Amino acid sequence: MNITLKIWRQKNAKAKGQFVEYPLSDVSPEMSFLEMLDALNNKLVKEGTDPVAFDNDCREGICGMCSLYINGRAHGQETRTTTCELHMRVFKDGETISIEPWRSKAFPVVKDLIVDRNAFDKIIQAGGFISVNTGSASDSNSIPVSKAKADDAFDSASCIGCGACVATCKNSSAMLFVSAKVSQLANFPQGQVEAAKRAKNMVAKMDELGFGNCTNTGACEVECPKGISIKNIAKLNREYLSAKLSD
Amino acid sequence: MSNLFSSSIGKKLIMSVTGLFLVLFLLLHLSINLLLIFSEEAFNEASHFMATNPVIYVMQYILAAGFIIHITWASMLTLQNRAARPVKYSNNDPAENSTWSSRNMYVLGSLILIFLFIHIFNFFYKIKFSEVENDYELVTGTFRIWYFSLIYILGFVFLGLHLNHAFHSAFQTIGWSNKIWMKRLKIIGTIYAIVISIGFAIIPLFFLIPELF
Amino acid sequence: MNKLNSKIPDGPLAEKWSKHKASIKLVNPANKKRLEIIVVGTGLAGASAAASLGELGYNVKVFCYQDTPRRAHSVAAQGGINAAKNYKNDGDSVYRLFYDMIKGGDYRAREANVYRAAEVSNNIIDQYTAQGVPFAREYGGLLDNRSFGGVQVSRTFYAKGQTGQQCLLGSYSALSRQINKGTCTMYSRRDLLDIVVVDGKARGIIARNLITGEIERHGAHAVVLATGGYGTIYYMSTLAVNSNASAAWKAHKKGALFANPSFIQIHPTCIPVLNDYQSKLTLMSESLRNDGRIWVPKEKGDKRLPNDIPEEERDYYLERRYPAFGNLVPRDVASRAAKERCDAGYGVGDTGLSVYLDFKDAIKKQGKEAIEAKYGNLFEMYEKIAGTNPYERPMRIYPAGHYTMGGLWVDYNLMTTVPGLYAIGEANFSDHGANRLGASSLMQTAGDGYFVIPYTIGDYLADEIRTPKISTDLPEFEASEKEVLSQIDKLMAINGTQPAKSFHKRLGKIMWDHAGMARNEEGLKEGIKLINELEKEFWTDLKITGTKDELNQEIEKAGRVADFFGIAKLICQDALNRKESCGAHFREESQTEGGEAKRDDENYSYVAAWEYIDENTAQKLHKEELTFDFVEVKVRSYK
Repeated sequence: MNITLKIWRQKNAKAKGQFVEYPLSDVSPEMSFLEMLDALNNKLVKEGTDPVAFDNDCREGICGMCSLYINGRAHGQETRTTTCELHMRVFKDGETISIEPWRSKAFPVVKDLIVDRNAFDKIIQAGGFISVNTGSASDSNSIPVSKAKADDAFDSASCIGCGACVATCKNSSAMLFVSAKVSQLANFPQGQVEAAKRAKNMVAKMDELGFGNCTNTGACEVECPKGISIKNIAKLNREYLSAKLSD
Repeated sequence: MSNLFSSSIGKKLIMSVTGLFLVLFLLLHLSINLLLIFSEEAFNEASHFMATNPVIYVMQYILAAGFIIHITWASMLTLQNRAARPVKYSNNDPAENSTWSSRNMYVLGSLILIFLFIHIFNFFYKIKFSEVENDYELVTGTFRIWYFSLIYILGFVFLGLHLNHAFHSAFQTIGWSNKIWMKRLKIIGTIYAIVISIGFAIIPLFFLIPELF
Repeated sequence: MNKLNSKIPDGPLAEKWSKHKASIKLVNPANKKRLEIIVVGTGLAGASAAASLGELGYNVKVFCYQDTPRRAHSVAAQGGINAAKNYKNDGDSVYRLFYDMIKGGDYRAREANVYRAAEVSNNIIDQYTAQGVPFAREYGGLLDNRSFGGVQVSRTFYAKGQTGQQCLLGSYSALSRQINKGTCTMYSRRDLLDIVVVDGKARGIIARNLITGEIERHGAHAVVLATGGYGTIYYMSTLAVNSNASAAWKAHKKGALFANPSFIQIHPTCIPVLNDYQSKLTLMSESLRNDGRIWVPKEKGDKRLPNDIPEEERDYYLERRYPAFGNLVPRDVASRAAKERCDAGYGVGDTGLSVYLDFKDAIKKQGKEAIEAKYGNLFEMYEKIAGTNPYERPMRIYPAGHYTMGGLWVDYNLMTTVPGLYAIGEANFSDHGANRLGASSLMQTAGDGYFVIPYTIGDYLADEIRTPKISTDLPEFEASEKEVLSQIDKLMAINGTQPAKSFHKRLGKIMWDHAGMARNEEGLKEGIKLINELEKEFWTDLKITGTKDELNQEIEKAGRVADFFGIAKLICQDALNRKESCGAHFREESQTEGGEAKRDDENYSYVAAWEYIDENTAQKLHKEELTFDFVEVKVRSYK
């Protein structure tokens, strides 16, 4: 396959960026998308040009480090797929592929396609935990949890923190991310104790960090590589409003 | 309750509550308007009742407030949302993940607002502040003019699109939604939007079509 | 003088840990506030340790190379985490878990450490459950278990095929809580480039800020390395592509002995190499072997599609060779058996380097839904990568480099031979001997982080309460920083033609061919020769673009590859020295007539700990003799 890549290049956070086009030949349809970028970088380094900086690590769709807005879609056109799991077989020979970083005020560009997603950590630090010190837990089976609730919690907990929800939301809202954590922990009896405080603190932090407001377009749930449902957002709204109303 | 309304969810709660209030108002409005088709007398009576009843008198201020709050908060939220993405994507394909109307609620809302001004001037203002002898005549006379009818029908299309997203979205925001209810609310919302937009649109068409032939 | 004092407490096996905990020194709360600890790495070990130490009141500085601690590669562990809860009433106990690990490790692990790991395993499950980790549950609301390779009880707790992710997020949430409280400070996107040793004690690190390129000095009273293993030495492995061995290597160069480097687990069930550009191999959880059956055609070079090959023409070779354990033999055994079949010409796929993992019978018996509930996400992952649907056609799998049992030598307190420098989790060598059993890695790494290091570090720090805050202006910091900078300058000055990644790929190939699943003297010697040649080429033909004062992923990669050469040679040297086969280490010269590994307890029942002298001197071997007072050393058999 021969393709043309239209990639956002930006030297650092302060620099002005622009798109640069790179033709790339001999692309195998079996390559993953990131392996294709590896091939491009290999070529660029050999030519003495700065390679394209992009975040990636596990390359099996679980660490959440990879990002990229590919042809107008977060993590590319396949559903329930991270960029690292995307393969070149879904692209056409001769295609021009545009690659941009996540765009959000809360995720500033660091270099080229790398953005700073530290805002997500700050939200978790604000309350995305159950306060239990090491060694103080009682036997796991002393608190039964219904299978339905546990499965539900698992579905919410499968968030990988990649930021595709924010990237794809027309408002750069982080509601899917925040709601997934709030609903996961609210599903457990041990998470109930701090549920009200958690919802309030995490939402307050989210608002403070410059994310937009959710307008329920549902785009996040479609683009989420782990298929996290917006029913979590309804649950967060419920948790938050009841917490606030009982203040 | 502290700071509830300064939070993102609190602001959206305001959108949701005012929106649901307007949803109820539209139903009432439609049922009175449909009288136009059935009986001149009944419509005039209803219209007179609406103009003179003290409860309705108070309600019209609440309604106005509902509109103003809904519009003001929508503007605030939209400004914030735009600021949350200072650099736009050069290539964006949102049609793959969301409906056009859900992404353009503010645009639709603005178009509906323009329509609302025309509407208020045409009927409400005239009935309220100038001597209109027969409300029925005023309304049907306006609808017999093709371009007014067209404006109204367009307005109802925008309204229908707006409501189609608004309905389930309002319930989602107040938290009354889950995997099962989300589907139900979407269906109810769509039915509601169709009833409202077609229900209203029938009326100008009812008076305009005989004029055309 | 023997450098290796393992500090194993006296007394009966089951009492060693509690006795030790009761007798080691403590630091009072007021003093803890004045002590600083650096934790490098934020996987299960690092995040749990940092959070627990923070809770105790220490000042903890935490480092990771990723953008956030939640991405550490523990996240990718799939199958589960073991604990001796005996919830299944199938006769499990701490002793049995301990025994399985000792036997699984082919009698090359320390009894006391392994027993402790088994002992704290139950606390880990309780801890994670309390933190909201959504382990799988039965309809009655209690926790579910599944069985795993190499054992005959069901003791593995799991969260679908994402147990590592869920546990890591549990530890990450605990760490986040401490960051919020201010007891832990997070430094993400930092590469550790050196350990600073002052008066023989670890007193800090030199790190590179990966965003700005700035070289930073960080001082502390103790340094804990939780930096994982060195499996990416094979380039193609199940690890994250940025996983590296630099921290362990720098520690080694600063005096920490490196133990059993050649003990590297090759995981039997990975998606095979599908193309030449591939950058990693994806693991398919071992739990799949619970229901999947492994086979190859009975006919050599049979090119028919798997579903066209009738039952009687299939060779379920694991079930044939190991009737007692069947498809659930330990990983090393399963890997070698696959290699044996492929080498003999029975392998499938274009390359002939894969075998089938078939779910046909399980789907027929349990229904597609039951299989989907257990392995849905793994099947999905397989289809995305390999492009075929495992519900309809058997998966193709092949072994890949996965886990390193070897690592920095540590004593019972998990301290390396450098005082004040600790190694926890996969970074140390202590609990898995020559082979790790499935679902034991999350167990050991979380155990080290939550329930071992928080106690044992006090024994050292109790004597440090009079040490003031470590100044980073000390000449040792100065010298370390200078060395780090000169190394970067040296790498950048080469200005050759090849990117670092291409060297890594070639090094990986050498290691796989010469120090992979089966090793022999000739091959290992050849391997060392090739590594030396490649290293020379690296130092004359490496190309790095850009500058050092910015985000520069080429500098990161080059530095890591430079360190890999040293480890690669050490692996070969260790493998050469160990002329026996044990666990994952298979020396072709030492096998039974049936092709099984043949251990030599008389000559090799020891931990080989290597001391770095300098670049031009061969590393010096120190032996820690292994004694087995509580188990009878037997021939490991799964037949």
